[in-house]
Amino acid sequence: MSTVSVAAPAAVPLPGRRPHALRWAVRIGSLAGALLLWQWLTAADVTLWVRFDRLPTPVAVAGELARAVRDPVYYQDIAQSLVRILTGFTLAAVAGVAAGIAVARSWLLSDVLQPLFEVMRPIPAIALVPVAILLFPRNEEGIVFITFTAAFFPILVSTRHAVRALPTVWEDAVRTMGGGRWRVLSSVVLPGALPGVFGGLSVGMGVSWICVISAEMISGDFGVGYRTWHAYTIVDYPAVLVGMVTIGVLGWGTAAAVELLGRRVTHWLPARRTGGHR
Amino acid sequence: MTLTDVSAAPAARRNGLHLSLDRVSLAYPDGAPVIRDLTLDAAPGEILVVVGPSGCGKSTLLRALAGLLPVAAGRIAADRAPITGPSPDRALVFQDDALLPWRTARRNVELPLSIRRVARADRRSRADSWLARVGLAGQEHRLPAYLSGGMRQRVQLARTLAGGPRAILMDEPFGALDAQTRAAMQRLLVEVLRGTPATVVFVTHDVDEALFIGDRIAVLGADGAHTVVDVPQPRDPATRGTPVVRAARGTILAALGADDRSGPC
Repeated sequence: MSTVSVAAPAAVPLPGRRPHALRWAVRIGSLAGALLLWQWLTAADVTLWVRFDRLPTPVAVAGELARAVRDPVYYQDIAQSLVRILTGFTLAAVAGVAAGIAVARSWLLSDVLQPLFEVMRPIPAIALVPVAILLFPRNEEGIVFITFTAAFFPILVSTRHAVRALPTVWEDAVRTMGGGRWRVLSSVVLPGALPGVFGGLSVGMGVSWICVISAEMISGDFGVGYRTWHAYTIVDYPAVLVGMVTIGVLGWGTAAAVELLGRRVTHWLPARRTGGHR
Repeated sequence: MTLTDVSAAPAARRNGLHLSLDRVSLAYPDGAPVIRDLTLDAAPGEILVVVGPSGCGKSTLLRALAGLLPVAAGRIAADRAPITGPSPDRALVFQDDALLPWRTARRNVELPLSIRRVARADRRSRADSWLARVGLAGQEHRLPAYLSGGMRQRVQLARTLAGGPRAILMDEPFGALDAQTRAAMQRLLVEVLRGTPATVVFVTHDVDEALFIGDRIAVLGADGAHTVVDVPQPRDPATRGTPVVRAARGTILAALGADDRSGPC
């Protein structure tokens, strides 16, 4: 038998690698441009219906940031917010994936759970603050609960769709090898659904930040959200903006972590076209 | 058609399953009937090829034999035991894309071994030796997306055989391949099947493929009507084009053609 006719495709080319340095220059340039625009608008006290005369300049914000990074309270707040969001998000990831698979694979569980989910889903997680206050003895659990609820639904929905969209041939193959229910779940359903699940995790992480910050603003006594709102109540605008920048950076970092993990576990997906992803 | 010469099967093939369908009717999952009153046997160790026009229920028949589809009526059995669900004894080979794309070639072949609880170290060496037997030594670490269609089918063949099934149900396994690769795969299949005792039910719509691979060929038609043709001197390349084989080919084509006149099946 000849193997000549079955040459394998060459190793994956990496499109987007060549202009790597250039693309980073553009990204940094974009941020720098935005900062320069901000500086000009605020330093020149531009008022074109939108008023920039009372907004702090980037220089003032940078000064405040330089002060904050030497203050242990700043790190305490960051740690507090991170613990809250990571706890809520992790619980939501586990519960959301489990519930998504259950609803997609069992008509009974689908009928039991789906109506509940459909009624709960449109309620903005932040609107659950009063419920959280009634339910949980401490603020802390309430904030984690709200973060959990926020991330849970996007993860649930994307998992459900990903599981339903799986080709049946993989499951048939595993079953005709003698694989049972758990083997199908662990060897086919879970790995096969992961690319879709990570879409939900990315969205979930985003809404988690929205909700943890909002919840901290309403009922926290620590955390980046609380500190930002507190700065606003004492009319310390540069500190408000430091809070916002901090939230932006933290959100970006956690989103990147989810993205990176996602690429790691779905490395088998053929032909990723762009370096810049999503 | 009932089988008369089970005892005449070569000794090496005694371990194959005896598959039997007795007045079996099958329907698609949506309830539309597709096969009615089919009676057919596959003797232990024989290669039974099923041919028929598309939409004739050939794949449905294999799914029923695999235990993935319950019969609507009739009896379907493996070694006289009714088939009620899938079993590692009855492996199903698909036309394409049945490999798990996140597993390398080796890990795909290891899957049935892992399901059979073979020890990890043993799994690896057995998987590698099966991959070598289908001509894929050195490709063990590749993901399916980076293998050609022919190579993927080789991996699937290795994966199927690694599980040590007693019956192999093949659903147009070379249907998606180009002619050259297809011919190479047919020779490979004949070669590796020689070393296994398994009964094979092979579905195709290619009459020449059927004649090259099978011991017997069942031509499926409407309402359970079918013709079974014995292949003279199966898998002997020297018989290609001889009058007996041409006669068998003519019988099969006539049976297929008769169906065309009686409408879709």
